[in-house]
Amino acid sequence: MRHLLGCADLSATDANAILDLAEEMQQVQSRPVKKLPALRGRTIVNIFFEDSTRTRTSFEIAGKWLSADTINVSAKGSSVSKGESLRDTMLTLDAMGVDCFVIRHPSSGAAAQVASWVRAQVVNAGDGQHEHPTQALLDAYTMRKHFRSLGREGFAGKKIAIVGDLLHSRVVRSNVLLQNLLGGEVVLVAPPTLLPTGVENWGCQVTSDFDAVLPEADIVMMLRVQRERMAGGYFPTEREYTAGYGLTEERLRALKPGAGICHPGPMNRGVEISSAAADAANSLVLDQVASGVAVRMSVLYHLLGSDEGAMR
Amino acid sequence: MSLLINGARLADGTITDLYLKDGVLADPASAPAGVERFDAAGLLAIPGLVDLHTHLRQPGREDAETVDSGTDAAARGGFTCVHAMANTSPVTDTAEAAEYVHALGEREGHCQVQVVGAVTKGLAGEELAELGMMADSKAKVRVFSDDGKCVSDSLLMRRALTYVKAFDGMVAQHSQDPRLAGSTACCHESEWSGRLGLPGWPSQAESVIVARDVELAALTDSRVHVCHVSTAESVEIIRWAKKRGVKVTAEATPHHLLLDTPLVASYDTTFKVNPPLRTSEHVEAIREALADGTIDVVGTDHAPHARQDKDHPFDIALPGMLGLEQALAVVIEVMINTGRMDWPTLVQRMSSTPAALGQVPGQGRPLAIGEPANLVLVDPTARAAVDAAASKSRSRNNPYHGRDLPDPVVATYWRGRQTYSR
Ligand SMILES: [Zn+2]
Repeated sequence: MRHLLGCADLSATDANAILDLAEEMQQVQSRPVKKLPALRGRTIVNIFFEDSTRTRTSFEIAGKWLSADTINVSAKGSSVSKGESLRDTMLTLDAMGVDCFVIRHPSSGAAAQVASWVRAQVVNAGDGQHEHPTQALLDAYTMRKHFRSLGREGFAGKKIAIVGDLLHSRVVRSNVLLQNLLGGEVVLVAPPTLLPTGVENWGCQVTSDFDAVLPEADIVMMLRVQRERMAGGYFPTEREYTAGYGLTEERLRALKPGAGICHPGPMNRGVEISSAAADAANSLVLDQVASGVAVRMSVLYHLLGSDEGAMR
Repeated sequence: MSLLINGARLADGTITDLYLKDGVLADPASAPAGVERFDAAGLLAIPGLVDLHTHLRQPGREDAETVDSGTDAAARGGFTCVHAMANTSPVTDTAEAAEYVHALGEREGHCQVQVVGAVTKGLAGEELAELGMMADSKAKVRVFSDDGKCVSDSLLMRRALTYVKAFDGMVAQHSQDPRLAGSTACCHESEWSGRLGLPGWPSQAESVIVARDVELAALTDSRVHVCHVSTAESVEIIRWAKKRGVKVTAEATPHHLLLDTPLVASYDTTFKVNPPLRTSEHVEAIREALADGTIDVVGTDHAPHARQDKDHPFDIALPGMLGLEQALAVVIEVMINTGRMDWPTLVQRMSSTPAALGQVPGQGRPLAIGEPANLVLVDPTARAAVDAAASKSRSRNNPYHGRDLPDPVVATYWRGRQTYSR
């Protein structure tokens, strides 16, 4: 792999290799000295055109634990307002000898565009409403661990329900692509106004009936719903949204025993997820965050660390 | 300048000599023995092409295009007349602004420059621009358009259509419901927009405005022209309206005749255009409509942009692509070479009808003795890979770069003067 732009570019072999190596990386996390020499002398620039403390910090820690020099560039407010094009911004940094850009951008396709311009390798840390591949990988990693804890291996036959604002979510696109690779079965649940056009051809089940899905789901992944969507006419009121699509206490009780609860964060407690669900014993929300570092270490190592050249 | 063109074939198949003298076509028998000659055996001679929809960017964005460079590109494409759209900076919404662009055309143009006036002041969609003053000016404006922006206020659109009747003007509408396809819409709403995560531009955002406008044209008995039709739904409405006798005409761009949505999957902003590239079903409907006359003309929507305005993320980059130089090539490729259209029909769609709609005297005329010497010599079989770097335009946003296409234009003559030669 030269870049990681989206789960659309991954093969099942790539994905499994990343997840497997992440397990080794997670061992480092529990050591008192959290440092591997793998990426010593490599320079990784985290360039974030949109705020995300969680993702940026996770990538920064991942890079540092692999001994890379990681630099954070906050480019929020976008280069356009400064009159500079994205291409010029990136070429300028590229010219400084950066090895890898970890890029977050509010526009779909920005990471792919950057990859076509620069010499450095590129990791997409979320582009607009398109993809967020490391989030999907860390979700898969978390789920895999959860299934193992129940004594079951693999994704085959597992039902993953993703619920909420699918239209504006990059997480859902990456998750559907990745689960299709890994053999999981995705069920998308949303009000019809928050479904992407053409979703019926994504190779997964689509429904607006959350309650019908509850007893079958092995994982319920709740997506953040933004209040602005209400003003946009996507749904009438927060109350109605919660009634139809929130993981309420009642729905929590209707879940299949052992079903895991995921949320890519940040959560709107009381809207798409009740506090009872967020803090439930089977909530994997904090596991997701912890897995994030290991998965990103694995991704960075796959892209930058391999000597075999197969990865470049 | 005088020139005797020998043995050219006209669109109807007749082989003839053409004698260009003092800007008109004179009797070839009257050409003196020593006159300069051009052997046109194997070439077609057709009337100079006329574009109803060109962005020349002057005044305001001379780094992207000027009247000089844009009309040079037009001549390279076989055009002898272009209509310069009003969305310059400042906007062409007064008689003075219209006369300025017109004068630039007369002074620096490599083809005739007709001025399109704005429908509303500053293209703001709120108050009518000085339509009558522009019509009465030296620029003799007859086509009015807020192109790039839709006149979305129904009442204002009604008033504009009513007002221009006084001087037989035409309102050319950029049909885009601003709520259904908002300012960020940049990809045909489809499986592609869903997968790519690009804000969708549903085809109905075009057709609902087309439907409204044909009703308003019927109400006012005035002329409405639908710019760059891109959807099958719009075509159906126009077909129906024409059957009812509504004064509606329409144009198709070369890119909507050839290119389709999957091209944006690379996020290459060269392929960002408004309305967006549609799926193949829509492309097919546009081709069919151009063949059967539901769509009356080819309009290029030549939209040059400087590199810095395209080097942005897809949703932010400016929409638009070049069109003048490859327009004829594209129409030959998708319409003539597929047997969907014959040459006389092509001449109507690209020359005589646009000249008539824009009420341009001396353009789109048959190649006959006494007519103005506006013509283009065409090699219908030549092909070449398009090279964006070889463009006469100041911009390089050419969506055909690298594509093998016809390379038809051998020479262009405007007012009897050679404006392009291969
Ligand atoms: Zn235009």
